Amino acid sequence: MNYVDTTYPPVRESRQVASFKPALLQTEEHHLCPGCGEPVAIRLICEVIQELGLAQDTISIFGHGCYGAFMSTLDVETTLCLHGRAPAVATGMKRMRPDKLIWTMQGDGDMVSEGLAEVLHTAARGESVTCFMLNNGVFGDTGGQMTAASVVGQRTKNTLEGRDPGYHGFPITIGEMVAALPGSAYVARGSVHNAGSIAQAKKMIRRGFERQMANAGFGLVEILTMCPTGWFLPTKDGPEYMMESLGSVYPLGIIKDVGAEQPA
Amino acid sequence: MSLRLIDGSEAVAEAALSAGLRFYSGYPMSPATDLLEQLAKKLPQRGGVCINADTEIEGVNMAIGASMTGFRAATGSCGQGLSLMQEAIAEVALNETPLVIFNMARSQQDYFQATRGGGWGDYRTIALAPKDVPEAVELTQLAFHLSDKYRVPAIVYGDNILARTLTAVDTSPIAFEPLPPRDWALDGTTGGTGRSKQIWTWGVGKHNTPGPGPQLHWRNIADKFARIAETEQRWEAGFHEDAETMVVAFGTAGKFVEYVVEDMRQEGWQVGFFRPITLWPFPEDALERGCKTARQVLVFELNAGQMIDDVRISLGKRVPIRSIGGISSDDAGINIGDRMDASYIRARIIEAMEPVS
Repeated sequence: MNYVDTTYPPVRESRQVASFKPALLQTEEHHLCPGCGEPVAIRLICEVIQELGLAQDTISIFGHGCYGAFMSTLDVETTLCLHGRAPAVATGMKRMRPDKLIWTMQGDGDMVSEGLAEVLHTAARGESVTCFMLNNGVFGDTGGQMTAASVVGQRTKNTLEGRDPGYHGFPITIGEMVAALPGSAYVARGSVHNAGSIAQAKKMIRRGFERQMANAGFGLVEILTMCPTGWFLPTKDGPEYMMESLGSVYPLGIIKDVGAEQPA
Repeated sequence: MSLRLIDGSEAVAEAALSAGLRFYSGYPMSPATDLLEQLAKKLPQRGGVCINADTEIEGVNMAIGASMTGFRAATGSCGQGLSLMQEAIAEVALNETPLVIFNMARSQQDYFQATRGGGWGDYRTIALAPKDVPEAVELTQLAFHLSDKYRVPAIVYGDNILARTLTAVDTSPIAFEPLPPRDWALDGTTGGTGRSKQIWTWGVGKHNTPGPGPQLHWRNIADKFARIAETEQRWEAGFHEDAETMVVAFGTAGKFVEYVVEDMRQEGWQVGFFRPITLWPFPEDALERGCKTARQVLVFELNAGQMIDDVRISLGKRVPIRSIGGISSDDAGINIGDRMDASYIRARIIEAMEPVS
């Protein structure tokens, strides 16, 4: 394996050749781990808000997870709410300000473990808000423990021999659960493991926001994000591992899109 | 002034609407259910929103979201339901979001819950305890005002008797001092400006507009609660100037005590009463002044002894302090037990004032 040798200063000074900082980030600095998928997902959300011209018409509600690092850099109105409760907070906001783009940022630990009731009831009520779930199947922020979305066999710090369904139960596929509720309008699952999936995820984010602004009903966009730290893997192995493990339990694609044009 | 004969739940609902309530989310539980039913009917008629939450936790968090956008919002239950809301009550105290919480309680056993709370962190909750329906109307509007003014949670602590007693009452708006614009509220408009707003319990702020950080943020909030403690104490006292025995009670029980003490005074007993209206901030100095001539202080509360702690903190060991209340409940767990009765209170006061020979 090739590693960059950091014991010596570089021979030549490094030089920035391109910037991918979205306009809606106040700085590109963040302290998430190398190989993390979450900054990619957040970049896409920033880009879509900008492209839709909604930067000055949006409020975001963050749950608890590594993505909370962007609370201080995202240049849209933000609040960080109690663990798991973001869809409830979003409901109160949307009912008071129905013309605004209201969206939540949660992880699988926040949404599926701590906040399952909130997301299901918000979907059932058909609230026109968009919830994002960055799914890496692990509590990343606390260092790699099992969530309700960890897949069978997944090794975490509290399932050292791998998630055993006989002992730890089975993962919850929240996307399919939400899609089964009549109140949901748009449910999709994307990923950020390669360029093609990133482009697809961005389309899902855009569609989710557009359906919210059309007042169509509840929207959930789940995005599989790499967490090599929480999976105890070398950084470069994150994408492949993710699609082999999470990808087999959480298939990518549009799960539900009420109002989409049907193929002739 | 126009009087209408309505029950306490409807009166509180009307008072909340007079205070500008726009959002309520609640979950049914007796005796708080009537308030939810009233608001479910009245709020949408007046341009507001009332949501039947699926848990008390969801209800309080919805109300937080509504309040964060700059509208007056509330939630409510009885003490059992408020147990589930403790995390959220601490959260709004620490992220400075106004929120009014109604506790149409089953009992006076929620005193510790109302005044100490069960959330994490250094926070307090303004707790207002009305003695009857007209005072509930006033304190409901005051709760919204104080919550907004200081950006803190405020609890209105009523009970079953209050919720269900029919009273002729005027619920029209009360004028309070004007408040500054809610420039902290999220309305979505500051995104992309480089100075977008944030509400966060940790006070971190943003890259361009850093906040004080958790340590200073929490110290500032503690200072704010100290200011509230100094300025917002409310109480009612009677016959205390020359009382040998003072009786302290809160809420509906305070009204019972007031009635008994008035009666006993006419018969010549040297007895007075003191009723804290704000359970937090507890009117410590006023109680001390009110007990200047007292040789004993009796505490009548329908619990195993909760407010008596605050009475002891206020008075120290200068004067003997004794409980004459106690747990009092019917079979449904609602505190109209045998001790919520004027003759019982009278007997206990007389027993304390006449030493057994």
